[in-house]
Amino acid sequence: MRYTEALKMPSIAENFLGLIGRKAISRLQDIHDASKLINDTFYWTLLSPLKGKKIRFRASISEMVRTGYHSVPIVAVISLFVGVILALQAAYQLRRFGALIYVANLVGVSITRELGPILTAIIVAGRSGSAFAAEIGSMKAAEEIDALISMGINPVRFLVVPKLIALMVMLPALTIFSDCIGILGGFLLSITALEIHPYNYFQQTINALLIKDILTGLMKAWAFSIVITIVGAYEGFKVEGGAEEVGRRTTASVVSSIFLVIVFDLFFTTLFYYFT
Amino acid sequence: MENAIEVKDLVTYYGEREILNNISLSIPRGKTTVILGGSGCGKSTLLKHLIRLLKPTRGSILINGKDITRMDEEELNEVRKKMGVLFQGSALLNSITVSDNVALPLREHTRLKESTIQIMVRMKLDLVGLSSFEHLYPSQLSGGMKKRAALARAMALDPEMLFFDEPSAGLDPVTAAGLDELILKLKHVFKMTIVVVTHELASVFTIADHVVMLDFGEVIFSGNLDELKASDHPRIKMFLERRPEMEAYSPEDYFRIIAGD
Repeated sequence: MRYTEALKMPSIAENFLGLIGRKAISRLQDIHDASKLINDTFYWTLLSPLKGKKIRFRASISEMVRTGYHSVPIVAVISLFVGVILALQAAYQLRRFGALIYVANLVGVSITRELGPILTAIIVAGRSGSAFAAEIGSMKAAEEIDALISMGINPVRFLVVPKLIALMVMLPALTIFSDCIGILGGFLLSITALEIHPYNYFQQTINALLIKDILTGLMKAWAFSIVITIVGAYEGFKVEGGAEEVGRRTTASVVSSIFLVIVFDLFFTTLFYYFT
Repeated sequence: MENAIEVKDLVTYYGEREILNNISLSIPRGKTTVILGGSGCGKSTLLKHLIRLLKPTRGSILINGKDITRMDEEELNEVRKKMGVLFQGSALLNSITVSDNVALPLREHTRLKESTIQIMVRMKLDLVGLSSFEHLYPSQLSGGMKKRAALARAMALDPEMLFFDEPSAGLDPVTAAGLDELILKLKHVFKMTIVVVTHELASVFTIADHVVMLDFGEVIFSGNLDELKASDHPRIKMFLERRPEMEAYSPEDYFRIIAGD
């Protein structure tokens, strides 16, 4: 009797190992689901058009309007303000050395290499990444995804691919726009508050910027667009159950896409630092 | 009698819990089969297997003699084009109009001209009595109209088989009866194989040619309506006579339950 009871009660060590095992299995399942989604997305974006399955261009265009065009005002305002802030902060230090003209270099390089892409990505993750998760999640909750599958329509092709194409076009475009407005913000502050001659500032910016700076920024933006779409779609497809779960997954999608955007930013910045 | 669908030794689990326990059944072609059972007996799960939204743990499902559990995506889509499914919540895409919903399978799977598609959409909507509602969005329709619109979409590709998941759930008796009429009409006019999952006794007796009853993941009955009425299986009698489940506890059992071990 005592022996069988001892068998039934797991020890602390067993409980602990069991906990690790259960966590690991569910993590592995998550990794499996995410990699399957990534695989499917790229299959339906790149390979299946070669086999004659057309991409939904009209849907892609309307996604572009929603994710790109409608983000223009907010991206413009935030970039302008960040440009101004950056110029002020730079002037605070550079003034001591009598090197105020280098505000132009600092604003130009940091906006194009770093702040333009990441600010745009964070805004778009908040606006569109969450919208993707909410849209796909509520479709999942209302059996609409099941309905698509039962009609022989692949939900990844139908829903995710137009979003991916839209963001892959619009995020770099918004980034270029953000670069311009950010530099404009720094310019406006410098010619007024810092009393730098407009032509000098302009010339200094042109001299400071390399094509490389802008291109590496755009490459980052392109990578971020993939991260934001995949995370939004992944969280959306993970919804099981009702509206409450949709809300939870939407929040999770914003948090994890901003996190992953910064992780990828670190990766690319390191890469470009050593290899360009 | 030839069978459209054969299910053999189907076993399925949700995690650790066994939902379907070694189920075998056949669904005759050109007839209306009702899958009957109480809540949680596994009937919706069975339906999801028949349309291959879920993959079983073991067993096979033959549709027109081919096993859909061993098909790849492409073969499966060919089979799915011959199936229409009406989901419990109707599952119309909320972001597009009713007529775009009905046109969706046509646009995705055929190369018909837009004008032809429009005509077909109007034909299907007329069939379910929704002719003048094509430009509305699903959110502007009532529950019964949504179901009928979803039925028009399920019929868009003129399928051989139609699946209904709880067609009368959430509908008033008059609307539900209207939907039953529609199911009968489809069977008579198009000679379709129809599978209905329900627990609504009134509609079972109106539409069923063949009844399969599930209970706790097992098939407890398979036959026609007369055989169902004549059956003396206690669970079937309970179901037909709407008797509540007797849960007779002895005082000791009760004590053990509330003590929690």
